[in-house]
Amino acid sequence: MSSRFAGTDRYVATEDLMMAVNASVTLGRPLLVKGEPGTGKTQLAEEVARSLNRPLYRWHIKSTTKAQQGLYEYDAVSRLRDSQLGESKVHDIGNYIVKGRMWEAFESEVQPVLLVDEIDKADIEFPNDLLLEIDRMEFYVYETRQWVKARHRPIIIITSNNEKELPDAFLRRCFFHYIRFPDAATMEQIVAVHYPDLKKELLHEALAAFFQLRETPGLKKKPSTSELLDWIKLLLAEDIPAEALRSDDPKQAIPPLYGALLKNEQDVHLLEQLLFLHRRQGR
Amino acid sequence: MLIRFFFLLREGGVPVSITEFLTLLEALQARLANGSAEDFYYLARSCLVKDERHFDRFDRVFAAHFQGVEALFDSLMAQIPEEWLQRMGERTLSAEEKARIEALGGWDKLLETLRQRLEEQKERHQGGNKWIGTGGTSPFGAYGYNPEGIRIGQNESRQRRAVKVWDRREFQNLADNVELGTRNIKMALRKLRKFAREGAAEHLDLDDTIASTARNAGLLDLKFVPERHNAIKILLFLDVGGSMDDHVRVCEELFSAARSEFKHLEYFYFHNFVYESLWKDNRRRHLEKIPTLEVMRTYGHDYKLIVVGDASMSPYEITQPGGSIEHWNEEAGAVWMQRLTRTWPHHVWLNPESQQRWEYTQSVQITRQLVEDRMFPLTLSGLDRAIKALH
Repeated sequence: MSSRFAGTDRYVATEDLMMAVNASVTLGRPLLVKGEPGTGKTQLAEEVARSLNRPLYRWHIKSTTKAQQGLYEYDAVSRLRDSQLGESKVHDIGNYIVKGRMWEAFESEVQPVLLVDEIDKADIEFPNDLLLEIDRMEFYVYETRQWVKARHRPIIIITSNNEKELPDAFLRRCFFHYIRFPDAATMEQIVAVHYPDLKKELLHEALAAFFQLRETPGLKKKPSTSELLDWIKLLLAEDIPAEALRSDDPKQAIPPLYGALLKNEQDVHLLEQLLFLHRRQGR
Repeated sequence: MLIRFFFLLREGGVPVSITEFLTLLEALQARLANGSAEDFYYLARSCLVKDERHFDRFDRVFAAHFQGVEALFDSLMAQIPEEWLQRMGERTLSAEEKARIEALGGWDKLLETLRQRLEEQKERHQGGNKWIGTGGTSPFGAYGYNPEGIRIGQNESRQRRAVKVWDRREFQNLADNVELGTRNIKMALRKLRKFAREGAAEHLDLDDTIASTARNAGLLDLKFVPERHNAIKILLFLDVGGSMDDHVRVCEELFSAARSEFKHLEYFYFHNFVYESLWKDNRRRHLEKIPTLEVMRTYGHDYKLIVVGDASMSPYEITQPGGSIEHWNEEAGAVWMQRLTRTWPHHVWLNPESQQRWEYTQSVQITRQLVEDRMFPLTLSGLDRAIKALH
């Protein structure tokens, strides 16, 4: 079983990303990944699990998620109901302990990958509540008075969209990587990985149009990598010729199938206005 | 090993802790970076820097240290263009001292004397009360204090009431993604949370369940209640530009904390004082104005109004029609302020200027009366008191 991550056939990893992943795998500390939405943060955990051949446990965080839910939950309501119905299993409280994602990962036969997705969505105390579990990889179940210890330290990958600040004590325990928006060369690699048979010309035109679009000032949501991939998928499906993508063609001012790139009505509107002004000045 | 680097990082403003440093050493011992400088760079960055905003600082310290440049900070300083006007240590004057300093002659005389002094003076100068330099009390130079001073080579207005500002003035949008140090503010803002139950019933209401079960002859009757949400509504008016330049940082922190704490938060910008229009985007402030009356109609009495501004300006800007420094206002700022306090009875004014200086600025006094003495300093304790006043 290889223990070095070097990108996969579906995922282009930059050198600094590989270093961060390998450091966190080797030292058994969590890796915190930040970056613009759509730059492949969640994808990273899946690809790490796939390339190292490890099981993946996903824990998606919502604003209502509590740290305790990742460990276990005591289902008091069904126990109460069972006691009303006179079931015999009611005498063992263990029957009503529901394991969380972290517990499941701790019990895995081989070293697993645990994805804690979008940790910034949770309450600001959430990361603090997991400090001990992340440090020692163990926790205590009060109801059954047992210690749960990880059989193998999981590879923990945590993603954040920077909506909330994470506490310092938590950050100190992590490796950190910020996925920068890829430059044009990396972007070509990424597109090549996903659509290897794409016509070179079309790719070139599409990328030029895409980066030009990102430069447009005032966009609410700049298109990112995943939107570019969607867009190219559409362009291919529609078999649009490369010439149609050139933005200097006045009739085709807005790139075809722009809906895949711009996700916001105001953005589309803004782009139309800008192009209109641009054309008027050109005259 | 690398201990000097560690301390240089701390001096360079990267918040590195001992734990993180030991992690780096552990990683080196595990042979994670195999001798290549690039590998080491990536590894060190991943271990030591936990925020992409610090990447640039890290890079600079890294480059300096590993190229054997001894005088790191000289090179950092060299990037500041007006070398002889560096801010090397501002003189700390007490409020009394400031109040005592009197303006020197008229505008023409100031310019005349400036020309003379520029000719006389050839070298960099700091402190003192005559030569052009930094941190002094002479009317010429920057970062000093003289109410009628002329500013030379300074990017932000250091004190109020400069007769003329020669620097280009740029307004800055208050970025809500600046998260530094906002945690304390968030904790303080939490006190303002008023919980209301809305939405789907998904939490077990234990008390009600017990009561209903008992009524139900012991047969279980589960009762649920909706989860509690933060139902408070906040309207935030922020002063930008001019004398607020010094406080941009703390305002950003407040704004950023408020943004993530409250679901119903609306914000508007104004300059110096509130008149008939406000705006939402500072870059397009001259194009996209929103009438204050419309804001008053849109957001109901249940909103709580928080105004953030230093209230430091000429008193005429508040009391007189046409007093605004940017446009002709038909009605005086005071009239508008009274309308605001009537529309939103729960209001406070947060002032980032330190409280000791308030009594020396007339406009602050006027504003305090207008907001019914609900002006609080923008500090954690001030915020606490403001939140009590909002309840």
